[in-house]
Amino acid sequence: MTNSINELEADAKCVFLIGTNTTENHPVIGYKIKQNVRKNGAKLVVADPRRIELAEMADVYMKFKPGTDVALINAMMNVIINEELLDKEFITNRTEGFEEMAAVIAQYTPEYAEEITEVPAEDIRKAARLYAEADTASICYAMGITQHSTGTDNVKSVCNLALLTGNLGKPGTGVNPLRGQNNVQGACDMGALPVTYPAYQKVTDSAVREKFEKAWGVSLSPNNGLTLTAAINKAYSKELKGLMVIGENPMVSDPDLKHVEEALDNLELLMVQDIFFTETARKADVVFPGVTFAETDGTFTNTERRVQRVRQAISPRGGTLPDWQILCELSKRLGYPMNYSSPEEIFDEMKTVTPSYAGMTYTRLEGKGLHWPCPNEEHMGTPVLHKEKFNRGLGLFHAIEFKDPAELPDEEYPLILSTGRNLFHYHTGTMTRRSSALNKHVPENEVQINPATAERLNIVNGEKVKVVTRRGNIEVKAKVTDIVNENVIFTYFHFSEAAANMLTNADSLDPVAGIPEYKVCAARVEKI
Amino acid sequence: MISLTIDGREIQVPRGTTLLTACRQAGADIPTLCYDPDLRLAGSCRMCVVEVKGRRNLVAGCVTPAENNMVVETESPDVVESRKIILELLLARHKLTCHTCESDGSCKLQDYCYRYGVTDSRFTGEFHDGPHFSKEDANPFIKRDYDKCIMCTRCVRACEEITGAQAINVMNRGHHAKIATIFDGNLEDSPCVFCGQCIMVCPVGALTSKVAAGKGKSYQTEKVLTTCTYCGTGCTLELNVKDDKVVGVTSVRDENWSPVNRGALCVKGRFGWDFINSSDRLTTPLIRENGELRPASWDEALDFTAAKIKEIKGEHGPDSLAMFSSARVTNEENYLAQKLMRAAIGTNNVDHCARL
Repeated sequence: MTNSINELEADAKCVFLIGTNTTENHPVIGYKIKQNVRKNGAKLVVADPRRIELAEMADVYMKFKPGTDVALINAMMNVIINEELLDKEFITNRTEGFEEMAAVIAQYTPEYAEEITEVPAEDIRKAARLYAEADTASICYAMGITQHSTGTDNVKSVCNLALLTGNLGKPGTGVNPLRGQNNVQGACDMGALPVTYPAYQKVTDSAVREKFEKAWGVSLSPNNGLTLTAAINKAYSKELKGLMVIGENPMVSDPDLKHVEEALDNLELLMVQDIFFTETARKADVVFPGVTFAETDGTFTNTERRVQRVRQAISPRGGTLPDWQILCELSKRLGYPMNYSSPEEIFDEMKTVTPSYAGMTYTRLEGKGLHWPCPNEEHMGTPVLHKEKFNRGLGLFHAIEFKDPAELPDEEYPLILSTGRNLFHYHTGTMTRRSSALNKHVPENEVQINPATAERLNIVNGEKVKVVTRRGNIEVKAKVTDIVNENVIFTYFHFSEAAANMLTNADSLDPVAGIPEYKVCAARVEKI
Repeated sequence: MISLTIDGREIQVPRGTTLLTACRQAGADIPTLCYDPDLRLAGSCRMCVVEVKGRRNLVAGCVTPAENNMVVETESPDVVESRKIILELLLARHKLTCHTCESDGSCKLQDYCYRYGVTDSRFTGEFHDGPHFSKEDANPFIKRDYDKCIMCTRCVRACEEITGAQAINVMNRGHHAKIATIFDGNLEDSPCVFCGQCIMVCPVGALTSKVAAGKGKSYQTEKVLTTCTYCGTGCTLELNVKDDKVVGVTSVRDENWSPVNRGALCVKGRFGWDFINSSDRLTTPLIRENGELRPASWDEALDFTAAKIKEIKGEHGPDSLAMFSSARVTNEENYLAQKLMRAAIGTNNVDHCARL
């Protein structure tokens, strides 16, 4: 997030949610948005293909066709430009590329976008006005924006909208991705990415590489590595021979599970480090038992870049070892000793090569934590980014044309399938399906189907149906509900016995980010 | 600033300060049940009554503004008598099963009865055979025992003002008043999202966690402050530990220690912790042999892995190896994971599930 979470409760006069089902996936952030609307009268604009809970209290709700995000946002910008609701001063002083962007936007009239998005033109106008006219307006998004073959374009479009209205660099504004996992921000910050060292320093930059070679005392590879999705494909083609998986469950979380399974079966070595015998661990050649968050010290970095302490409450269960010790033991045996007596000692080394964390210590993180960047020990952290200037200097507008999703419905597969999460479960269910109350409350998967579609297929609520795509099929309970439109179905990906990712597409990745298109693939529902 | 005298002590407070805050600032220990600093004032329980010189009636401190030159007594005989009567009235419809109550030791009603020596009630009234509000609720998260409810309405206000669910409210009046969902149904048929904020604010044992039930009373557990393991919001929660086991989750509402959520949690954070002690936990390394995974020692498993990695690297080069690190583990572990791949193995093939 460019801004901090608590600004959504007080500072934002308008909140625009697109592709985030906040009350289910980030419930506590959802509470704050609700309070801001109810107590302070903040305006709420919601764009989502499903009529999610927050849509009910929105000033404008746009139920758009999955995968048409760019057309929708471009049309909002078209309204803002044509009605002169843009922030001219901000555009002049802080941005570049406006003219090129505006030239593309010109054709995206609300009426034109209505044909693509299925959102009434008048609603697009209302939404654009609410967002642009507010003193401070915040955009929040999640995987609904990113998990598309045009994910990068979608994110750039969201940024365009914020730049156009000057909604960056001050409290209550911003471009705010709500990240879905406890430490996904931290994992990125720490360089668990194939193209960057810690703090997003590029592995291809020779000056950066020299710095790390000096710090770590070895020579380092100058080549970008493989993304997760690319690695699976390389394993499939037998170019990748060994894969080490820590606390992940690609046999449930990755697209096209049949493809994933074949890829993992091809490996000479699959090492899995986890707390449970996951679907992926079952395929492993070696399994290491790691620990839960209750059994270790360390830090997590949340979605607003706040680094916070994790404190050990109990001793590691059974014969398990904290994950950092497993890594140290393995490294030692690979001839590169990594000796640390505690997570704090690792943190203290990490911050010497991670400029955005340089000013942090465990002592300073007590209590409220610190938002990066925090470059020195006097610095109080940075809840709001881009106050004076952007990282590159001027904010760059991108001229983005709408592109169709990779796999569109046809006669054989006439519906659009989207996947996502449920309030009561988390990711591949490794933890929540072993949490007695959560799993008792929601023990099985469902597919949400519009009543008209269900009637046409002679399906009643609660009936087991088959969902079929070009990759495979699952049997799952039908939930007949009009929160989805007639041409859309939705299912959760937490349940390995009715795994949504048997259905998803591993071929349609965003060309830049390599993210799979979980929000759109072509499917059909069959009566069993 | 205005000045007033509380229990003989003169203090200064900003205009607009309530008497309750002023009294506490003066060091007086004022009992409260319905008062909650994070919620709209209710002024209904009357436990915080104090005596203001010149006023005919005792006043409720939580809803009375402090005034210049007020002279206040916080434990005068009238105040004490009044509080005792209130406690007796509350006991009249409170099921006294403290010995088996989850809130034993952390119950304000119990504390105040102890403080004022109230053992029984003269006001059993129409509930001579005991109260009748017990509510069987099938949900696996929240136990609602309204025979212990004191009608402070903090749960109602927390549900509306913290979570925004508006699932519950007061139903009926007088002796028959109780907390209910619409049409007095079950929570799962209401807008309840099972966040448990109602448990967090309940001053007695009317609302408790079914997941933590029977595993330890509050005073038997150590509380360890940490960051939640689920979504990216980064809520602070307290793991309740007894005999080296996590037996519950609670939260703190001080923003200096719970900066993101100020005590509010969701259903996963508050109730989704018993996987930690699951009997399914992996407790020993495993190695595949003849197609089957078998238990192995740490040394054996680590040596096996290291040898295999070296063999693959020797034969096919470092880029034939990759690692999926984890958005679940700590920063420190992610730092080590990428360092291991880059420095020990020599490849940038390290990623994690950020895209999934």
